[in-house]
Amino acid sequence: MTELKRLPTLPGVHLKDEITKISQRLKELGRGRHLDKAVWDKVELARHPKRPYTLDYIENMFAGFIELHGDRCYGDDSAIVGGLAAYQGRTLMVIGHQKGRDLASRTERNFGMPRPEGYRKAQRLMELADKFGIPVLTLIDTPGAFPGIAAEERGQGGAIANSLLCMARLNVPTVAVIIGEGGSGGALALALTDRVLMLENSVYSVITPEACAAILWKDSGEAHLAAQTLGMTSADLARLEIIDEVLPEPRGGAHRDHAAAARILKDALEEALRELETMNPRLRKKERFEKFRRMGVWKENGLTLF
Amino acid sequence: MAQKVSVDISRRRGGSSLDGAQSCPGCKELLSPGDLSGNSMVCPHCGHHFRMTARQRIELLADPGSWSEIAGNLRSADPLEFFDLRPYPDRLEEAEYETGLSEAMLTGRARMNKMDVILAVMDFGFMGGSMGSVVGERFWRAAEEAMDTRFPLVVVCASGGARMQEGILSLLQMAKTTCAVELMAEVPIPFVTVLTHPTTGGVMASFATLADVIVAEPGALMCFSGPRVIEQTIKEKLPEDFGLAESNMDHGQVDLIVPRTELKDRLVQILGLLEGGVACALQPLWEEETRPAGRGGAFAQAFDRIKALANAPWRSSQR
Repeated sequence: MTELKRLPTLPGVHLKDEITKISQRLKELGRGRHLDKAVWDKVELARHPKRPYTLDYIENMFAGFIELHGDRCYGDDSAIVGGLAAYQGRTLMVIGHQKGRDLASRTERNFGMPRPEGYRKAQRLMELADKFGIPVLTLIDTPGAFPGIAAEERGQGGAIANSLLCMARLNVPTVAVIIGEGGSGGALALALTDRVLMLENSVYSVITPEACAAILWKDSGEAHLAAQTLGMTSADLARLEIIDEVLPEPRGGAHRDHAAAARILKDALEEALRELETMNPRLRKKERFEKFRRMGVWKENGLTLF
Repeated sequence: MAQKVSVDISRRRGGSSLDGAQSCPGCKELLSPGDLSGNSMVCPHCGHHFRMTARQRIELLADPGSWSEIAGNLRSADPLEFFDLRPYPDRLEEAEYETGLSEAMLTGRARMNKMDVILAVMDFGFMGGSMGSVVGERFWRAAEEAMDTRFPLVVVCASGGARMQEGILSLLQMAKTTCAVELMAEVPIPFVTVLTHPTTGGVMASFATLADVIVAEPGALMCFSGPRVIEQTIKEKLPEDFGLAESNMDHGQVDLIVPRTELKDRLVQILGLLEGGVACALQPLWEEETRPAGRGGAFAQAFDRIKALANAPWRSSQR
């Protein structure tokens, strides 16, 4: 195609119609490749309004939980909740995105889209946990960081970046679980952890399929195709070794049985922590760096490296 | 995350008219290519900063002949077999053809006013300066080189965000580059970023804003969410100066704004000042102070040791 497009610069050669025709054909081929309904079903399940959210898991998993508020700079962002929880004879710092269920709480939680205050609160709580040697659990469920003028003015980019830096620096064991929507940088900001687990029907992506379709296909109606091409399901991410483990959900999805979903998460957390807590802290941190260093696929001297 | 930021393509090639003359978007003055390239692609009339290619940027910052590329043999793969309206390898090939670059970021060793530095330069012309696996890996290699050589790292950013065609792998480059920044901080390696038009999305939310000193170019757009995304969300027109360097300065998000014509000298000055710290022994406050090595001479140190020995508690208890 690229070569074809270069050709018309030669005098007397007109290939514009041909190119349009071939592009159209390629588009059809691309679409017809294997539009898999199962992928979009997962996107919808991940966004299901009855799906358990962070506070639902906290309620079902921990006997005592004290929510801590505020970033000590500007405000308290209710799109991210965090606090101390008692868990099997030890304390855990639990931080997660929080969506609302009805119109009022959805607005209050800003649809789970954090502002810089949210990330600064998360950072503050993680540093607190580090100080006392408390392991950190993060629960990821956001369409993305909030795009707004005020959020930008208060340094949305810097807040996410510094949250990532804080997570890289922590000396305590850290576990992230993607429980719903893992929407781009706003989700990743809480997911630079020793272990990244993912519920079966969750998604995790660089961009929402709608926005991706609008940019690349120039048509947000192609979101189904974009979702499939982006490879955002738990199976795709396990194949790319972005996540460490896929957690099966109760029959029909986590929204059918919150308590069962919480039990699955609790068991997986216990296993991950048992493994991480017995490791030498220095080695654990080193392995975290090595793991993220390996992320990516590229060609070096013509060889593809994973 | 990945933003679509519209930038006039004609800017980079010096206009499309026959003699290459173009009118400045800042003051509408007609400029010849010579006017611009002779003045670091800055309008001599109003100071409007035109976009620069990575090669021009290296020419601007590195001493002549001092640039040697690191990790130039890395190329993007197509792990997702990504296919939108065109296959990803096709887009890559076109970008390589149009820019003459191997990727959206070049990394290398260079000297700036005789100071050794590791320099990384992004080019918006290569798929919108988007960050995929190769950009992330090149950043890591540049950081490694900086740690091996103890040279400071300068990164000139220009990016629309993470590269959609590598999906989640691109997103994770944010985590990867952040880990590299943290490793540098432990040495510590002076790390300075220059935010040029435009720096957005995943780059803005990772290494660009994690530098020790953040320099911005006048009039450059820098934000996490692009103007179009925000307009769609809040359904109203954005203020004229949204996300510009000057507005970011007002809100405390960047350290300083430096015009391109002064950029090299100011960067060298900043790096020199960062490296000019006196290494102070970091010792916990509650531990008894020891004499820093090399101070007070060998005799004084030996005397201290004998004194400590004489006062040692086990001595008095044995007597």
